[in-house]
Amino acid sequence: MQIRPILAALRRHRMATVLIALEIALACAVLCNACFLIAGRIDAIQVDSGVDEASLATVQLAGYENAHAVDLNARVLAGLGSIAGVQSVSLLNSIPFGARRGTAGITTDMAGKHFGGVVEFYVGGPGSLSALGTRLVAGRNPQPDDFRPFTALMPDDASVQVTRALAEHLWPGADPLGKEFWLDKSHFRVVGVIDHLVRPDPGGWPGDSRDWSVFVPAQSSVYLSGSYLLRAAPTDLPRVLRDARAAIAKIAPDAVLDQDGTQTLGDLRTRSFQKDRAMIGMLVGVIVALLLVTALGIVGLASFWVAQRRRQIGIRRAIGATRRDILHYFQTENFLIVSFGIVLGMVLAYALNLLLMTHYELPRLPLVYLPIGAAALWLLGQLAVLGPALRAAAVPPVVATRSV
Amino acid sequence: MVGYYIHMAARSLRRNPVLTGLMVLAIGLGIGASMTMVTVLHVMTDDPLPGRSAQLYTPHIDPLPLDYKQDGGGPDASDNLTWPDAMALLTARRATRQAAMAGGNLLLRPDRAGVRPFYVAGRYTSADFFTMFGVPFVHGGGWSAADDAAGAQVVVLTETVARKLFGTADAVGRTVRLGEHDYRLVGVTTDWAPKPLFYADNVGNQYSDADQFFLPFSVAVNQDLQVSGNQSGWGKDESASKRSDTTTWLQFWVQLDTPAQVAAYRQYLVDYSAQQKGLGRFQRPPANAKLYSLMGWLAHENLVPTDVRLQLWLALGFLFVCMVNIVALLLAKFLRRSGEISVRRALGARRRDIFVQFGVESALIGVAGGALGLAVAQLGLWSIRQRPDDYARLAQMDASMLLGTLMLAVLASMLAGLLPAWRACRVPPALQLKAM
Repeated sequence: MQIRPILAALRRHRMATVLIALEIALACAVLCNACFLIAGRIDAIQVDSGVDEASLATVQLAGYENAHAVDLNARVLAGLGSIAGVQSVSLLNSIPFGARRGTAGITTDMAGKHFGGVVEFYVGGPGSLSALGTRLVAGRNPQPDDFRPFTALMPDDASVQVTRALAEHLWPGADPLGKEFWLDKSHFRVVGVIDHLVRPDPGGWPGDSRDWSVFVPAQSSVYLSGSYLLRAAPTDLPRVLRDARAAIAKIAPDAVLDQDGTQTLGDLRTRSFQKDRAMIGMLVGVIVALLLVTALGIVGLASFWVAQRRRQIGIRRAIGATRRDILHYFQTENFLIVSFGIVLGMVLAYALNLLLMTHYELPRLPLVYLPIGAAALWLLGQLAVLGPALRAAAVPPVVATRSV
Repeated sequence: MVGYYIHMAARSLRRNPVLTGLMVLAIGLGIGASMTMVTVLHVMTDDPLPGRSAQLYTPHIDPLPLDYKQDGGGPDASDNLTWPDAMALLTARRATRQAAMAGGNLLLRPDRAGVRPFYVAGRYTSADFFTMFGVPFVHGGGWSAADDAAGAQVVVLTETVARKLFGTADAVGRTVRLGEHDYRLVGVTTDWAPKPLFYADNVGNQYSDADQFFLPFSVAVNQDLQVSGNQSGWGKDESASKRSDTTTWLQFWVQLDTPAQVAAYRQYLVDYSAQQKGLGRFQRPPANAKLYSLMGWLAHENLVPTDVRLQLWLALGFLFVCMVNIVALLLAKFLRRSGEISVRRALGARRRDIFVQFGVESALIGVAGGALGLAVAQLGLWSIRQRPDDYARLAQMDASMLLGTLMLAVLASMLAGLLPAWRACRVPPALQLKAM
């Protein structure tokens, strides 16, 4: 296949060629960045919570008087525990994908000089960590005497479990067991490392910091009340939660059930990523529409050129070109235009990414997206041009001798 | 002549129905996507209180110490006022009307059997709030400045809450139990909520939030009621009370009717800050005091989420791609008619006539594309309304957006036709005629 005559022909249609190449370049730039955005959102949605989501639900109460909080806890734990199918009920201040109640900045020294980062404190009563179903990777789970009474926002001294991501962040490369950290005056000592325990609001945190959580064992108190973790077999869970909602009216007439916050973990998870799903839908819609319009543009222009060159095609056929030659001519022409567009598109994709990085705090576009975008557009171009090219190949040689 | 051009354009477009269809589809999709997002942005940045917003201002003073460090992602502590400053502005009465306010969630305990206690969101504010914002009442009215001063136990409810509580909206004079206290109902408003809830602290969903009760803020201070907005303190004592002069938690709005009043109030804020600095309470320059107009404040708050902006840019980028596409197609189409152009030129048509003829043809594509774009935009807005976001329910097209869509479509297609039409009118007639 000779490229020289194709280039010569394209030079005669310089403007239209440049415009179609420009369109492909823009499509390439948007395609790469949109795919990158989608991948980011999918990554956020698929975050590993580290807990047995299918077996867990939470019950949230409010509106009771502080003086009755401990009594309320005892009534709720006993009352919900007696519902058929409930495997365990325990106290836990927050819950993955639920309300956030223990977000605070910690320091790795007592004087408060070395800032360790903003972490999530899960303060839980006996049985709550095992109910969550987190996986211990080092050290030990909380022992019965780790659960101590406390009278301030946080226990002032506790043996805690931290996630592997947090341990790696605070003490990279070192053994985290026995290490200490402080929250203002409260002191914590690491006795166990858990694989994963995601924050209640993972969407708002970049990378591994989604998983910076601490489990603090504690006993029922004013500061640990009204928030309960229910565990049941996945098949029983919806029924158990319905029963629990009904039972609360009898067990705790002095409290108000937070209808919105009392959910299964699965429902909480779905709700917390609704916006990301909407954004993915929008991005996929834009990509599809963009590729459709680009393909239509190629089809339109190629059809036009085929119609315009009917006589020339006829002449070429008459002097010996095969159908295959004509087909290849239009396919090669399309390949050249698309390639030209892609080269420009890569530069544009990179520029667009720089723009997004400055305005929307997005990470840098990984290079792997560029060849993927290029391959997609080459394929699109060849598919779009196939119809017009086949029509060109079907032009009979006799056209050359007809109608001047 | 234009009638003749339209006739010619229609004939030409019908001659290549597939190509015409492609161009109409491209412009329709591009316009539809863009207008969906432009409409969303339009309703989000719309005037929340038409007719009154021009007279409404919010004063801001800077009571922060020099060494106060602003937390990167956190709220600006000087966005709100401390209680002493709000009281000073309130009692100075330098504006036509003025009100201090803060949001709160309280547990409402109905007297009726069968209605369980429930939480309601509302506002602690002062007497002028209702007249300044023009809150419409169904029964009764707001409270007086004397009630504010005395810390009277009065409450105003919205119609929906009153009906839920008493079964009727006409319940003025009855007792409402909110939290741990009893209040006398003095007024029932319609279910009134500006979109966005511009006077609220920027923490919630300001496009879907609404106030369901109103209490005098002096009562909220006396009874230390729960506050839902940002409370930023920089004092040394940990037990920051609502009356503390180092904790900001109140929003403040004033009504100023004339430019002279606005200038005078601005000066008053600077003078007040200078006086407080003289007393040693403030440390920062008095010129930090600002007076925002309502729309200026909304621009400053920037309530439009980044996702919406990103989607707007995506949609506009898509429209641009569609336009490039149409330019290429029109160029091919117009230049293919070189012969026809040359004959017209030879018969006496000027370049301008050729240009206008092709301009009309592009505009016709724009009209058809605009009609399709309207349908696409309605579909897009419907999908936005299914979203979970707080602004979703506002996504409706009004008359101005409807007209804007058609105008943009025609404008975009004419712009796209500009280059092809110009190229077409530059075709040298002699050469083409010879070839025919």
